[in-house]
Amino acid sequence: MATLTVARLRKRFANVEVLKGIDLAAAHGEFVALVGPSGCGKSTLLAMIAGLESVSEGEIRIDGRLVNAVAPKDRDIAMVFQSYALYPTMTARQNMTFGMESRGVPRAEQEAAIKRVAALLQIEQLLHRKPGQLSGGQRQRVAMGRALVRDPKLFLFDEPLSNLDAKLRVDMRTEIKKLHHKVGKTTIYVTHDQIEAMTLATRIAVMHQGQLQQFDEPAVVYGQPANMFVAGFMGSPSMNFIPAALSEAEGVATVEMALFGGGVARLPLPFRPARAPAGNRVVLGVRPEHMFRYADDLKLRKPAIATFEAPVEVVEPTGAETIAVLKLGERDVTGRFDPDGAPRLGEHMKIGVDMANVCLFDPSDETLIPRAAN
Amino acid sequence: MVDAAYEAEYLAAARTEARRYALGRIGVYAFLTVFAIIYLLPLFVVIANSFRQLPEITRNGLIAFPRSFSLEAWPRAWSHFCVGGACEGIHRNFYNSLLMTIPATIISSLLGALNGYVLSKWRFRGSEVLFVCMMLGVFMPGQIALMPWAFVLGHLHISNTLQGLVLIHCVQGLSFTTLFCRNYYISIPDDLVKAARIDGAGFWRIFYKIILPLSPPILIVTVIWQFTGIWNEYLFGVVFTDGAQQPITAALVALATSQMNAHAYDVTGAAVLIGAAPPLLIYFLGGKYFVRGLTQGAVK
Repeated sequence: MATLTVARLRKRFANVEVLKGIDLAAAHGEFVALVGPSGCGKSTLLAMIAGLESVSEGEIRIDGRLVNAVAPKDRDIAMVFQSYALYPTMTARQNMTFGMESRGVPRAEQEAAIKRVAALLQIEQLLHRKPGQLSGGQRQRVAMGRALVRDPKLFLFDEPLSNLDAKLRVDMRTEIKKLHHKVGKTTIYVTHDQIEAMTLATRIAVMHQGQLQQFDEPAVVYGQPANMFVAGFMGSPSMNFIPAALSEAEGVATVEMALFGGGVARLPLPFRPARAPAGNRVVLGVRPEHMFRYADDLKLRKPAIATFEAPVEVVEPTGAETIAVLKLGERDVTGRFDPDGAPRLGEHMKIGVDMANVCLFDPSDETLIPRAAN
Repeated sequence: MVDAAYEAEYLAAARTEARRYALGRIGVYAFLTVFAIIYLLPLFVVIANSFRQLPEITRNGLIAFPRSFSLEAWPRAWSHFCVGGACEGIHRNFYNSLLMTIPATIISSLLGALNGYVLSKWRFRGSEVLFVCMMLGVFMPGQIALMPWAFVLGHLHISNTLQGLVLIHCVQGLSFTTLFCRNYYISIPDDLVKAARIDGAGFWRIFYKIILPLSPPILIVTVIWQFTGIWNEYLFGVVFTDGAQQPITAALVALATSQMNAHAYDVTGAAVLIGAAPPLLIYFLGGKYFVRGLTQGAVK
């Protein structure tokens, strides 16, 4: 069993407050991703969990034990750094045994641990090499090996994949996921890449300007983002935010928005918002993949389809899908379309929006307007 | 064929260009050779005089092409020549210099490495201010410290001893070694230290297991710098020691100034060369690494 609890955690550097009261908890075996743009405080939070930064206020507990004032080496953690931080003068084997030697682990035990981990990560043939003789991916493996040999309570990853090229990054992402399944250790994983967070984590903590924006399962963070920051940060291309008004037509909650060239589109909602914001002004959040070229059979598959028309401004085919920018009122919205029947430049297109998946935000504080339970 | 005229013109231009280049090269080489000769001539004169016979030097002058050959001056300079009443040559002073330079070099280099390690990897409130204060030592001429040192050595009862000189050179050299090492260690990623701390290593274990193994390039620089600097230094040697306690540089001063009768140019030449040999040797052996170490970190 290994759990992590972070409560009301604050960090100040001189007069700048970089963490403003973070609450976070990881259950045993959980994979928590800390995600956010650079400067959001996620790396500082990780360093504080590791004990490399002091705590200004609040508490950190590992397995219930308060570790605020415990030295990094006594927290029973292992960390993988963005730069890997392999000791350049030592071989891969020495890198991996260094921690055990520091702790006076018997030699036979060290050998057994190296054997086990080297087999797990398939680095047996690299053990005698120095970091300078390893490729990026191999260094990454050795760095993970160094963390694994100690069998710690907590695994900390600080943007471990951001130094790899795109292809390798995807491969290593899968490796890390496999590894977590095999080892089942509680893991805290810092990344600025929302796709890494989505694919790896059991829960995602989205951070912005030193504050925790949302801490929930990936599907919830993606589907029901707590506010417009989370909604915009998770997902690529980003969610479209369309200013709109909330009204009621024939007993159904409806969103009204301005169309390009005048006119208003009325989109009925398949749910009722839990509250009506001031002046019924809302921001409609639509993810690009929830827009389709309208066809009659679409309604059969997606009963909550609502339609509007918009001119096509830019078309960007990526192969697997086609991204198109449409003109709606005064602003651009981005849609993700199937290459079959993709939008054509200049076309005036009839769009079907799956209203079952849209979000409504309160423009006054940018928070999500939750759905009312029927 | 159509282009024959054009080609001829082109070839002519190319030829002029080549000639200009060759002339330029010759100029550069000539210029550099002249300067090399200017720098090497004194060395040549001293070497030549150390192998000439004294009467021949007095007859033909100090700066003249050697016309005699003798090995006599070297053993005399080493062990017989009389300076200020003692006829022991300079071998004792040579050993003194070794006994002073080697410990002072090792101690100041290691302390500098340790200082640099603390100032770059274990920063604390005020460590930058401390560093700046230490750096003032780099710009402070040694003579400013003469009186304070006289006071300190007197109180510690190590005036006129080699230990006293070792102490002086350790302290005087610390600014340099600290500066070198700190600037070198700055380029070592902090993540290494963090990883080692998580791995359970403490202050000293990180120093000798991770930092020191990365240090040879900069330690070669500090060792060469300190060794040549301390060996060649003579102000403190002249002021704080005399006679048998003097390092070789001070002894050379005494040898050059204390000769009553005809100047023994042959012995002086040999003595100077003996005195200059160790730093030259160190530089020949390590000069390559010295230049490499100095520029390391700058290129990244």
